[in-house]
Amino acid sequence: MRQGIDWEMDGVLTLLSFGPQGWSDDIAAGVVVTVTLALATLPLGLVMGFLIALGKRSEDAALRLAANIYTTIFRGLPELLTLFLVFYGAQIGVQQVMRFMGAATGIEINAFAAGMVALGAVFSSYASEVFLSAFRAIPNGQYEGAYAIGLSRWRTMRLVILPQLIRLALPGLSNLWLILLKETALVSVIGLSDILRQTGIAARVTKEAFLFFGIACLIYLVLALLSSIVLSAIERRVSASGVTR
Amino acid sequence: MSLSDATREARELPPPAQGAGWTHARLTGVALLVVWALLGLGIVLFLLASWDPDLFWRYAPNYASGLWVTIQLVVISVVAGAVLSVPVALGRRSKSRIVATLSYAYVYFFRGTPLLAQTFLVYYGLGSFRPELQAVGLWGFFREAWYCAIFAFSLNTAAYQAEILRGAVESVGRGQWEAASALGLSRLQTVYKIILPQAALVALRPYGNEIILMIKGSAIVAIITVYDLMGETRRAYSRTFDFQTYIWAALIYLSMVEMLRLGVDRIERRLTRHLRR
Repeated sequence: MRQGIDWEMDGVLTLLSFGPQGWSDDIAAGVVVTVTLALATLPLGLVMGFLIALGKRSEDAALRLAANIYTTIFRGLPELLTLFLVFYGAQIGVQQVMRFMGAATGIEINAFAAGMVALGAVFSSYASEVFLSAFRAIPNGQYEGAYAIGLSRWRTMRLVILPQLIRLALPGLSNLWLILLKETALVSVIGLSDILRQTGIAARVTKEAFLFFGIACLIYLVLALLSSIVLSAIERRVSASGVTR
Repeated sequence: MSLSDATREARELPPPAQGAGWTHARLTGVALLVVWALLGLGIVLFLLASWDPDLFWRYAPNYASGLWVTIQLVVISVVAGAVLSVPVALGRRSKSRIVATLSYAYVYFFRGTPLLAQTFLVYYGLGSFRPELQAVGLWGFFREAWYCAIFAFSLNTAAYQAEILRGAVESVGRGQWEAASALGLSRLQTVYKIILPQAALVALRPYGNEIILMIKGSAIVAIITVYDLMGETRRAYSRTFDFQTYIWAALIYLSMVEMLRLGVDRIERRLTRHLRR
């Protein structure tokens, strides 16, 4: 360290270094966990959301009802409660099954998997609404035109509808991604070492709570900023390739 | 009925509607509904099987007080946030660069970071400034988890509400302002009589969603030792290890959110009755 720097500043820099005294390596590990969890949840949520949107616009009343029950539940429950329900519920369920099969108990549910399932369920129920409104924005003539030139239902969906759907749904999905990124903070409660948990440990050990939770907030802001840069680049690209209506 | 009557009737009536048959969609739909029904039945059976009047009467008062804490938290934060959102929204529209940037930074910070991190920053973080806070006499306020939660939640929802307010006011066309001033209405009159009634229509649904988000988000105060509905649930679970404690909480939260959603739907139908044909 350079001579003449204020002692306190020096202390802060040591705390933020990558060494054994510093916390940056721990926090960086937390960033990796947060980003990995969000990235792992995304495809799950997108696929589920798309399927639920298909269910909601089905002609069959039973399918519509089943899809609506799903979104009512996962949009109505607090995310934290959903997480606990999945985490403890799965634990109890597995234990029951194991006891039923006569095996020894003591299986731990992976916090990462529980977080993925809970956040994916919430994400998919919001994503289904985004997909649904995107579907509504595609005129019927697109389907009719595709059927008229002899495309099957599946190929119509893949070649005609999906490319337009993605373009229409992208702004809404970008928003959901930013929300998902913030919601991953909840998994720190069930013991996953994400950004918030790592900074929380640092705050407890060093008694510099404001510094470390401030850093946590800044990291989330940077992640949001990076995401919006990437997302707007994708949006520009996708909208450039499409026709203007 | 004679035979000729029957044949004539058969000729005149359209053919009976064909049953749709068991399409893939119906098969999937019914199968999924059966899954939901089994799940619901399972939960009901589970609650019945683990029904314990002792447990219920021991924890029902706790749940009621937790629910009351949740409602208080949400109402106070939403009202305080609504008050705070007005200057922020005005700042966003301000012509002054500095004011506009500051209010944008405020909104960006609170919308870009997790509510949980903000709550930690206030509850644990402000403890770092204990001497300073004691000097200005605010330590008593920031020592309590409850006040910290209200503080963090109000600031958070103010940022979201400011954006709702701004969007709603901007959705009212410029012509409305110009026409009002042409009629000689003052600025205050214009806002109250012309702009707000139109903006309220646009803002109603987002406001309803924001309150729902606050109800759901308020569950995290349980982590900083406020005994709201979630906090009481966690306490009950940690004492009994009975999963039904969480199911009760889920049912209460679900019915709260659904009631609010139906209420907003109703108000919206009432407010937009002049737009329907």
